[in-house]
Amino acid sequence: MPELKINYQSMGSGAGVKQVINAVVDFGGSDVGMTSEEVAQSKNGALMLPMTAGAVVLAYNLPDLPDRNEPLRLSRQTYTDILLGKIDHWRAPAIAKDNPGATFPDLSITVVYRADGSGATAVLTAHLATISEEWNDVIGVGKNVDWPRTGRFIGSKGNDGLTTQILQMPGAIGYLDYTYAVNNDVGMAALENRAGRFIVPDRDSAAASLGGATMPSDFRLFITDPDGPSSYPVVTYTWLLPYPRYADPLKAKAMEIFIEYGLNQGQDVAPALGYAPLPQAVREQVAAAADAISPDYAITLRPTEQE
Amino acid sequence: MAERRLDRALSVATRVSAGAVWAVLFSMAVAVVIFAWPAIRQFGLGFLVSTAWNPAAGREVYGILPMIYGTFVSSIIALLFAVPLGLGTAIFLNEDFLPQSLRQLLIFLVELLAAIPSVIYGLWGVFIVLPLMTDIGDWLHLNLGFIPLFGTAPIGPGILPAAIVLAIMILPITTSLSGSSLAALDSDLRAASLGLGATRWETIGSVLIPAAFSGIAGGVLLALGRAMGETMATTMLIGNSNQLSFSLLAPGNTIASLLANQFAEASGLQVNALMYAAMVLMLMTLVVNALGVWVVERVRQKNR
Repeated sequence: MPELKINYQSMGSGAGVKQVINAVVDFGGSDVGMTSEEVAQSKNGALMLPMTAGAVVLAYNLPDLPDRNEPLRLSRQTYTDILLGKIDHWRAPAIAKDNPGATFPDLSITVVYRADGSGATAVLTAHLATISEEWNDVIGVGKNVDWPRTGRFIGSKGNDGLTTQILQMPGAIGYLDYTYAVNNDVGMAALENRAGRFIVPDRDSAAASLGGATMPSDFRLFITDPDGPSSYPVVTYTWLLPYPRYADPLKAKAMEIFIEYGLNQGQDVAPALGYAPLPQAVREQVAAAADAISPDYAITLRPTEQE
Repeated sequence: MAERRLDRALSVATRVSAGAVWAVLFSMAVAVVIFAWPAIRQFGLGFLVSTAWNPAAGREVYGILPMIYGTFVSSIIALLFAVPLGLGTAIFLNEDFLPQSLRQLLIFLVELLAAIPSVIYGLWGVFIVLPLMTDIGDWLHLNLGFIPLFGTAPIGPGILPAAIVLAIMILPITTSLSGSSLAALDSDLRAASLGLGATRWETIGSVLIPAAFSGIAGGVLLALGRAMGETMATTMLIGNSNQLSFSLLAPGNTIASLLANQFAEASGLQVNALMYAAMVLMLMTLVVNALGVWVVERVRQKNR
């Protein structure tokens, strides 16, 4: 379909879901999927189809630690405690223990979080709630949460605002989508995963995290603590939200062609953009589910460069 | 005949315009209250004094005391800087301190400040003002740290840097309104005062400023209203932290900034709580304006 034009506006996950519920758009996108109540509210129903996955990284600004080949290492307890406000100085013993031999500047830790409602916040807090009882009790999970009020936590708007804030403040640490950290050359911490290894976020470690869990038939899979020796601990699928049926048969066919593109050429482009390609099993599941949208078209998966 | 019809048409048109303004304001207020109602019912007046703001699922509780505090403090401090500066500039530009051409240029430059978009002020603030204020704040905290106002070490964004940038944003309003009310004064007033033997500064202080008071006060109020509602520049500079701290160097939050950040992604009770906060901001602005009208009336009565 050479004349197919897609008009896409970048908004947050919540806005994407709202517009799908109100049938204002032909499809939406979300990093946190849709809850079953939201699907029930939607006038035309909704399908959740995972199309790619991304990692959330802890980005930091430590001027004396510029060696990108030796990034900051943070164990589970350490990074949880930093985000809980319990560790507030870079020369804390816990950080020194994770990074033997490294010297840290005499700087306090300033944590930068997303002030706006954010899928990245939801993913990070879901992970922290899974690995830490204390996090679950004190803070909880959400697109906005009540961060500790120690006076060293500040909020910025958007991934770009957060990146600017981190780059401006020596001693800052915050969380970003992997794409932003990589494109702005911000240092990314190597986090300890469930298997006990410190993993640097990159396209391979994100892809490895997806391999472990089986995708259920409703595609509602939130990987809050992947196992596997090379998995990066904070990853999320991102879902396309089309409708199961379209009144216009041409639109239904176009939707299937679009999804097929995403499952084929899209998977090749994803790593260059900083996202992880789907595991083969998931690709096949998505193709099968998307085939139900239009009787006039059948999706063919061709092997991608990853295979 | 035609003139009468034109008169009537114009009279109707102006009445409709005035009515339309009223209608828009009223409909905005009604919409906000309707959306805020579930939150009002759930939290009541406790919303205004609670420091909790937690949108996390299963533990939602909302309160905007830190935001009300932040809105007030940043606006008042902005006024503290902008009013003397604005009034001083207005006096300087209205009296014969400078040749006319230079005066026109300076007036034009001050009004140009008003034309700069808020986001640009925010960006300038982030890259220029924040580093500067961090240094100044460090000095203040080191030397005057015993005063609670400077009790915490600055970390970058905070109430004071936001207030400083706000001051510059509202400077054109205070300057131009004070300036035009001083310029509108009868020149006989100045001549009479000087004729009675007052010096130039006695004239300015005891005669001109009291006479122009209603215009100056009007400018101050407009500036306060602008500062309280300012969103983009504030959200980039104040730190978006929902803590209540007496230190001016600590990060804080304002109602406008809260709304700008959280509204787009909010759902359910959070939307209602945000609308409740919006209602509170509208009421605060209303109170400030009403107070101003009252003050201006009192001064006018006194000067009669």
